[in-house]
Amino acid sequence: MTATTPSATPPTTPADALLAPVPDEDGAPFWEYAARGELRVQACTACGRLRFPPRPCCPHCRSFASHWQPVSGRGRIWSYVRPHPPLLPAYAAHAPYTVVLVELADAPGIRLVGNLVASAEAPLGSADQAAVRIGARVRAVFADCGGVTVPRWVPEKP
Amino acid sequence: MAATLKDATAIVGIGQTPFARHLPQSEKELACRAILAALDDAGIAPGEVDAFASYTMEETDEVEVAKAIGAGDATFFSKVGYGGGGSCATVGHLAAAIATGQASVGVAWRSRKRGSGPRPWTNTAVQLPTPGQWTRPFGLLRPADEIAMLARRYMHEYGATRDHLFNVAMACRNRANENPAAIMYERPLTREMYMTSRMISEPLCLFDNCLETDGALACVVVSAARARDCRHRPVHVHAAAQGLPSQHHGMVNYWNDDPLSGPAWTAARHLWKRADFGPQDVDVAQIYDAFTPLVPLSLEGYGFCGRGEGGAFTEGGALETGGRLPINTGGGGLSEAYVHGFNLITEGVKQLRGTSTAQVPDARTCLVTAGEGVPTSAILLRA
Repeated sequence: MTATTPSATPPTTPADALLAPVPDEDGAPFWEYAARGELRVQACTACGRLRFPPRPCCPHCRSFASHWQPVSGRGRIWSYVRPHPPLLPAYAAHAPYTVVLVELADAPGIRLVGNLVASAEAPLGSADQAAVRIGARVRAVFADCGGVTVPRWVPEKP
Repeated sequence: MAATLKDATAIVGIGQTPFARHLPQSEKELACRAILAALDDAGIAPGEVDAFASYTMEETDEVEVAKAIGAGDATFFSKVGYGGGGSCATVGHLAAAIATGQASVGVAWRSRKRGSGPRPWTNTAVQLPTPGQWTRPFGLLRPADEIAMLARRYMHEYGATRDHLFNVAMACRNRANENPAAIMYERPLTREMYMTSRMISEPLCLFDNCLETDGALACVVVSAARARDCRHRPVHVHAAAQGLPSQHHGMVNYWNDDPLSGPAWTAARHLWKRADFGPQDVDVAQIYDAFTPLVPLSLEGYGFCGRGEGGAFTEGGALETGGRLPINTGGGGLSEAYVHGFNLITEGVKQLRGTSTAQVPDARTCLVTAGEGVPTSAILLRA
């Protein structure tokens, strides 16, 4: 497929809102798929290797041909932090919240930064702290963030 | 035989302004004051300066500095990227330029208003789309958050503890308590203060974070031959290196096979390959300390201990005066001043001149490093 170009102007962010992602040309398809509730990762069409963050050519075989491969949305927490103020006002309102780095189950080495929350639309600080540990299984859900759909992560039911 | 960098040049002048949370002077004025102080320290007239090296984030252009201090015709000027990763590269670039005859008197400097000026991460209008789009919407906003992510994983994998991070903060604070120029000169730290302080980004607390400082520093680099005629004992640039590892991603180095081995490893390999001595011969080190976890990571990267041993290395007073490797003997970014690591360079020079406020007896060799976790640089100094 051909990647569509990102919208010319990123969504404006009021001072009291969470920051919406500001996509670049390489990253735009990720957010377009996320808007449809799909988690996809850039893959080299020539050698098949996945890569993240997205970029124009494959660092393994140097092919410029790429496509966006669906992934299961399951993964494990590789690391996490709990930010406390001083923060931007919208984030301070939710602090401390849990930022996780999730290693994808079907793409080891590809890790996505996101928020662990209780459920898709639950606020940033909603994660049960007992569920937060390195190695814990999580799965992707999708939520609105400043008018843009972003992946969030919820604990995988045992 | 091509020109070699080894001991071909020397730092012959250092200068600094006071450090404070707020200084009334502009960044440009502070830069000029530090540079003129360094030239005076060297005994070299500003009109002789023909090379400039600086690094980015806030920046005072060499054009502004050159015309203010009355420099001569400049034939070499460079500007290194990636904030605190560029500190030692300024000296490396000047050394390379002078060793190859492109210039004769070089000035490197750093001037910042990070005490009274805005915190860069609060700017929501100007942000790099990559990697910002992958991190900032999720509230991973500040350098402290980005490094805390790696620190948590490091502690998990290797059993490093908050006590190890405290050892780093404590060593820096103890040296600052001996240094009248340090912001934390009269403010001792205790383990209880550290363990009960507020969290900034768990697992990092207040005392794991560097200071926010207004101030400027500078140094002067000339050839080893010229250095013999300067006012102070020359401090030779023995080796210099930059480091941008394959598939490195900057401070959010989350997307390669081994996120915990960063630019320090790359810079170190080149540095030691070029040097006449090894890590075991380093008398004193100035290790970039914007955040405490950068120190154990750097200790591993520069070969003072094995992989995963950086936390344990800090035990038993190893980083203190008289320890296995005294570090940040002016107090570092954690407790003297945070001026993107330039005070580590000038402190290295003081150690090899024998004029540090926490002097390591007969120090002959010093490693100075720039920011780990971003494209970095390092220099080996020799008396």
